[in-house]
Amino acid sequence: MAGRTNLRTIPGFRALTLLCLFVLYAPLIVVTVYSFNASASITNWEGLSLRWYWDVFTGPDSGKFKTAAANSFLIAVSAATISTTIATLAATGMIRTGRFRARTLSFGLISLPLMVPEIVTAVATLIFFNAIALERGLLSILIAHVVFCIPFAYLPISARMQGIGPAYEEAALDLYATKRQTFTRILLPLMAPGIVSGYLLAFIVSLDDFIITNFVKGAGVETLPTAIFGAVKRGIQPNIMAISTLLLGLSILLVTLSWLVSRSDTTK
Amino acid sequence: MAGGTVSGSTASSTYREARGWLLLPAWSVLLFFSLAPVIMMLIYSFLTKEHRGGVIWEFSLSAYDQFFLDRGLFGDEPPRIQWTYIAIFWRSIWQAGAATLMSLVVGFPTAYFIATRPATARPLWVFLITIPYWVNLLIRTVSMKFLLREQGPLNDFLQWTGAIDSPLQIVNTNLAVQIGLFYSYLPFMVLPIYAAVERYDFALSEAAADLYASKWTTLRRILLPAVKPGVIAGCILVFVPSLGSFLAPDLLGGARNFMIGSLIEEQFKGNAGNWPFGAAASMILLTLVLLLLLVFARQQARAERRS
Repeated sequence: MAGRTNLRTIPGFRALTLLCLFVLYAPLIVVTVYSFNASASITNWEGLSLRWYWDVFTGPDSGKFKTAAANSFLIAVSAATISTTIATLAATGMIRTGRFRARTLSFGLISLPLMVPEIVTAVATLIFFNAIALERGLLSILIAHVVFCIPFAYLPISARMQGIGPAYEEAALDLYATKRQTFTRILLPLMAPGIVSGYLLAFIVSLDDFIITNFVKGAGVETLPTAIFGAVKRGIQPNIMAISTLLLGLSILLVTLSWLVSRSDTTK
Repeated sequence: MAGGTVSGSTASSTYREARGWLLLPAWSVLLFFSLAPVIMMLIYSFLTKEHRGGVIWEFSLSAYDQFFLDRGLFGDEPPRIQWTYIAIFWRSIWQAGAATLMSLVVGFPTAYFIATRPATARPLWVFLITIPYWVNLLIRTVSMKFLLREQGPLNDFLQWTGAIDSPLQIVNTNLAVQIGLFYSYLPFMVLPIYAAVERYDFALSEAAADLYASKWTTLRRILLPAVKPGVIAGCILVFVPSLGSFLAPDLLGGARNFMIGSLIEEQFKGNAGNWPFGAAASMILLTLVLLLLLVFARQQARAERRS
């Protein structure tokens, strides 16, 4: 019978899994370690120091980075808020209104930004803003971000909604609650983990976007990724590694939060 | 993408009358800012280029003509096929294919290994695989460049172990781009295969083993056909974004390893650009991707019907 339990394990697969994790994490760990390097050269190791973190906040480039960070956060908060609201309403419309003909079409439209290659979306959005004579700047970046954030917010929200049976809302309606009260007092609170999870994912996706932002941002407006890209084109500097480490730390923190929140409902 | 399916037990029509209002924001935003731009891009690809970027509203086929045909320096020679841009597309397909193959070789065993862990341990494994995806792609690509460069940690390490005498030149080669793409989209390979293997009923493998099939035969003849839709989904999810990627070829490949993404980007930068040509190249890329997705959708539908 030992052969039976063994049937699932295939020799070498564990090693390849560890290799996979190593490949995924090694570059991130290396950059994190080197961001604490005291040396002004990225090649030599001269001991631990917070010098480059200090440089990010007070050095010659700090003004540029602060403006870019402020733009990035303003856009990420707004884009995540708007897209999560739209996605929550859309999920309710898709999952809580029975069967309807345009359902598949609606789902196709919501996932459209995921299917079109990013560079194509970037070109199409730039061309469209040009055609409707929308000035390029923070507003154009925000609109573009809302669009590609919608599917990322939608997926965890709809997944959560499918897990909530209709009994709670039926009970509320039986007790003479209005549809509106049922939505705001019953469905939305039950949906909270999905909504938080969707919001965080939309926030990260907006904060991280480079290609689309680079096309629609217009001259002189920078977000953190476009500022980092501009700096990297002139060579990888130690302060770039410090700012990269800060950003990757933030992303990992937020995605961990999102994961913990969305897991909390399975424990109920 | 399974978010659209409703299981029968939770089907609810509580807000039926409000359906239009609930879907209106999503419909209007996506129709206006996602679908309309693609249509506008199609129109722009048939317009005349304006020399300082932008377009003149005059119908022209010159963007597609320039892409496919070579009419000589002065445009008066009989047209021949222009290979320059087709070659860039071909190289992109090749690079994306190589990255997909690398992801499959590492991703399949990983997905299989995770799917055969105890059910309580799986979410954590999956989470470990997805974390890097959420880290800024730019930062990940820069990190990879830092790791691979001539005086970088990888070369230092290999020289220290004595495996090589002089540093390997990896950055600015095709291999660097393939590694970059592989690294960028590896989680996309693991997740759908994991989902397929997790659904697989290992009783089928046991039945095969009872009939004296070897472990490898069981894997190849029983498991692999059952999880094939997941494998194909993984390949598509890695291949499609790789094909149009900009950062990996731009940062890791250098000038000689141009891919579609860079070709398109160049048309919209500064005054040297050619918007109709960039729009046409984007349309051709989009057509390729949509064809691929169509084939994939039909394949998935067929697999679903069979099961």
